[in-house]
This record gives sequence, structure tokens and C-alpha cells, in this order.
Amino acid sequence: MVAFASSLDQAGVLALTAEDAALLSTAMAGFDPRDSTCADAPVPDYAASLGSSAATSLAGRRIGIPKQFFDAGLEPESAAAVREALRVFEQLGATLVELSLPSLALSVPTYYIVAPAECSSNLSRFDGVRFGYRHPDATTLDELYSRSRGTGFGAEVKRRILTGTYVLSAGYYDAYYLKAQQCRRLIADDFRRCFADVDLIAGPTTPTPAFRLGEKIDDPVQMYLNDIYTIPVNLAGLPGISVPCGYPGGLPIGLQLIGPHFGEQALFSFAHAFQQETDWHTRMPPS
Amino acid sequence: MSWEVVIGLEIHAQLATRSKIFSGSSTAYGAEPNTQANLVDLGYPGVLPVLNTEAVRMAAMFGLAIGATVAPRSVFARKNYFYPDLPKGYQISQYELPIVHDGQLVIDLDDGTTRSIHVIRAHLEEDAGKSLHEQFAGLTGIDLNRAGTPLLVIVSAPDLRSAREAVAYMKKVHQLVRYLGICDGNMQEGSFRCDANVSVRRTGAEQLGTRTESKTLNSVRVMERHPV
Repeated sequence: MVAFASSLDQAGVLALTAEDAALLSTAMAGFDPRDSTCADAPVPDYAASLGSSAATSLAGRRIGIPKQFFDAGLEPESAAAVREALRVFEQLGATLVELSLPSLALSVPTYYIVAPAECSSNLSRFDGVRFGYRHPDATTLDELYSRSRGTGFGAEVKRRILTGTYVLSAGYYDAYYLKAQQCRRLIADDFRRCFADVDLIAGPTTPTPAFRLGEKIDDPVQMYLNDIYTIPVNLAGLPGISVPCGYPGGLPIGLQLIGPHFGEQALFSFAHAFQQETDWHTRMPPS
Repeated sequence: MSWEVVIGLEIHAQLATRSKIFSGSSTAYGAEPNTQANLVDLGYPGVLPVLNTEAVRMAAMFGLAIGATVAPRSVFARKNYFYPDLPKGYQISQYELPIVHDGQLVIDLDDGTTRSIHVIRAHLEEDAGKSLHEQFAGLTGIDLNRAGTPLLVIVSAPDLRSAREAVAYMKKVHQLVRYLGICDGNMQEGSFRCDANVSVRRTGAEQLGTRTESKTLNSVRVMERHPV
């Protein structure tokens, strides 16, 4: 895994079904003595209990629904698809509990301090000396750096490196990076409070259905805002899973399930139960 | 009107561990260039550092030897700069929470008196590689054997008042790290080197003057003769 934003980087699985994701995650997860950022915790066989009917019954389980996930930013057709998906869980015996994540609005600005800061440091090795593109016409060391990086990186990467270098620079660190770390703690505390009362949290994965490749490339803020429901999960260090739950307008919308720390088993169980009852995961967007 | 010189020293002591601070590569001096640098030292994208516990133990020993506080929790940070002998683009060091802080070292002066010098902090840091400007006409060679070598950076307060005191302090630290067995003290090989921060002020003034920093003084003779 190439380091991008080290405090957020996490390997994940893209699979056709929740069961496949459980199988692969079981194989991937676990302690690595050469990675001092990973936890030395036992890894259950996530897929082992998925097939049984007992696991499919969600009787007595509580699912938290953050009201901020359904505010004005969520497109009505996406909201309808997600609410329909939540009814499936109710039919399986789960109870829906409305809850609040008051610091949610901080998550996009917090992320766009933390991620660019860490990326500006991690991507500095792509300087044309050992790694990355090397400009053939550079005549001095400064030119080697500036022309290699100026040509080799795309617009979004450069935007993040510039932002990140700025927020880490002397005199701005406390105002930006340190403040963002404090906001990050507030966001994590919101989730921690909620998990005292519920097994899982559910909501949309994004506020709009998928957009076409390259469609929003000139509107970075719009692209950033599309991550509003997934970024807080990443900032809080929690596991999440997204499963398709509708195709409004032909492109997919995702249902997101969020678990407490080391709560992956419940994510796979709930997502698998949903896919036993629905067939969204077998459909394809029109080509 | 008289003036006095004010000196603070930052000593870089290479810790005598067998392997590097964040990788299993050997730290032995004098090998063929680039034969003691593995994927971690070369900064490959995707590799992660694993801290050498022996380096931590040695730093803690130094802290205990100068009566300092050995921090139960210390934090590594990145010092970002671009240089060809720094493949990651940053050096891993300690900034806000060093492993050792606030110790004292008593130095012996020529006239038989002693002075107590405050050691503000001692932190762990990885060394950079070496740029070789002489061997290749018009080109610079890069040797990454030294990249990732553990350093203990020992920072004194601006307590020293003459080149002689600075030399006495440096000798005392040198003797101590050799006695503890945490550094071989070999100045020719760069295992023990020093940056000097020097300023002058009116005798008796409380405020410090504007300092100059002299990097990498690697012998006691250089330090004694260094103009102030």
C-alpha cells in the first residue's frame, strides 16, 4: 500500500458480495510485525457464521440512524433508496434508533487538512531522484525537483500537496493541523457515544448517486462534499461497508453500515443478511 | 566595556546498535556504498518503520546517567526537506516530546573548578545518507549506508561561557557515552559530532545575543580554534 495519508490509510476489499468481502478480509486481516501501525488483535473467521439462518435473524439488534445523514445535502431519491433498505433490516427484526452526530459537519474540512498535510509529506519522495517521473531537461537540482514534480503530478495531487505544505508550515501548524486533530477527536467521540446504545450505524454512502467518470473533475469542492458520509468514519478509525441499495437514474447508490472498533463481524453479518433479502448486488448499471 | 560569549551545543552521538533505528540493515562503518540500505532505508513507497528497541534502551540509559527525566511516552515527528541523500523527503526525529529531557552534566575546568551544565533534551533521530561530491567529476554520488543510522541528539542549554567550557562539556559527554557503551565516540567516522550555537552579549546582560550556528564540528581541535 503506497503511503498517502498515513493516519487514514487502510486496505479494503472491493467484492461482488458481502460474503466474498468477508472471506478476503479474513485472509488479509491480522498483525504484521513490520507494520507498527496495526493492532495485535485476534481475527475471527468473518465468513464462518454468515450462512446460518440464526445469523440472518437480526432480532433484538439495534441500528443507529444519524439524523445528520438525512439532512438537506442528501438527494431525495437517494434518501428514499436508503430508507427502503433500512426497512429490510426492520423486517429481519432489528430496531432503528435515531441518533445524532453533532460534529459531522466538521468532517470534510477536517479531512481536507489532515489528508493533504500527510500526503504532502508522503509524496515528497516522488521527486525524480529515486522515485516518480524524472524530467529529462532539468539542469540543476532545484529544477529537477520543480520540473519533475510539476510535470509528473496531476492537478488534484498538486492541489493537495500545496494545501498540505501550507497547513504544516511554521506558524500555521497550530491553527490548522493541530486544530484538525482536535476536531477529529470530537468526531470520534460522537461515534463512541452512539455505540454505547446501538450495534451498528447505517445511512447513505454518498449524498448523490455515482457520477460519471470525470464529470465533476473541474469542481473539486463538489467532489469533496460527496465524501461527507464516509470521511467521518475514516477520521474516527471505524470499519465501514457499503452495499448497493438502488439505481435511481441508472447509477448506483450505496447503503453504508458503520461498526465500532473491531466491529467488522457485525458489518459482514448485516450486509450479508441484506443481500440474502435483496438482489441489488446482482444488478449492473446500464452500459 | 566587556563582552562574554554564550555557547550551546547540539551533540549528535551515533548509537552503537547493530542495526538501524527503523530497519534491520547493518550500521557497520566502511562498507561498499549502498550495500547496507534496505527497502526501509531507501524509502520505498509502502514500507513502514519498526522502531529498534535497543536504540530506545540506550537513549534511556543516557537519560538516567545525567539525572534527566526519561519520558514514558515520547513521539516521533517528520522533518521535511528535499535533498538527494534523503530518499523519503523527510527525516524521522523527535520534536515536541523527546525521550529524554532536563538533565545535568558537571564539567571539570582547567582551574580545578566545576560547573553544572543543563541538558535541555536528548532525542532519537535517524541519520541521512551521504552525498559524495569529490569522487566523481561534475557529479554527486549518493551513499545511503548511513541513512537510518540511530542518533541521539543531545542539546545543552546556552550555559557554556568559553570555547574551553564547550570543549570540557563535549569531552564529558564523549566520556559518558563511551562509558555507557552506547556510542563508540569515533569522531573521524562521524559517530560523534557537534553543532555549536554561539552568540555574544555585554557581560552581565540577561538577554541573549543573535546566535550563529556552526554545523558538524567533528574534532575538539576545530572547536577550540573556532572563531567566536
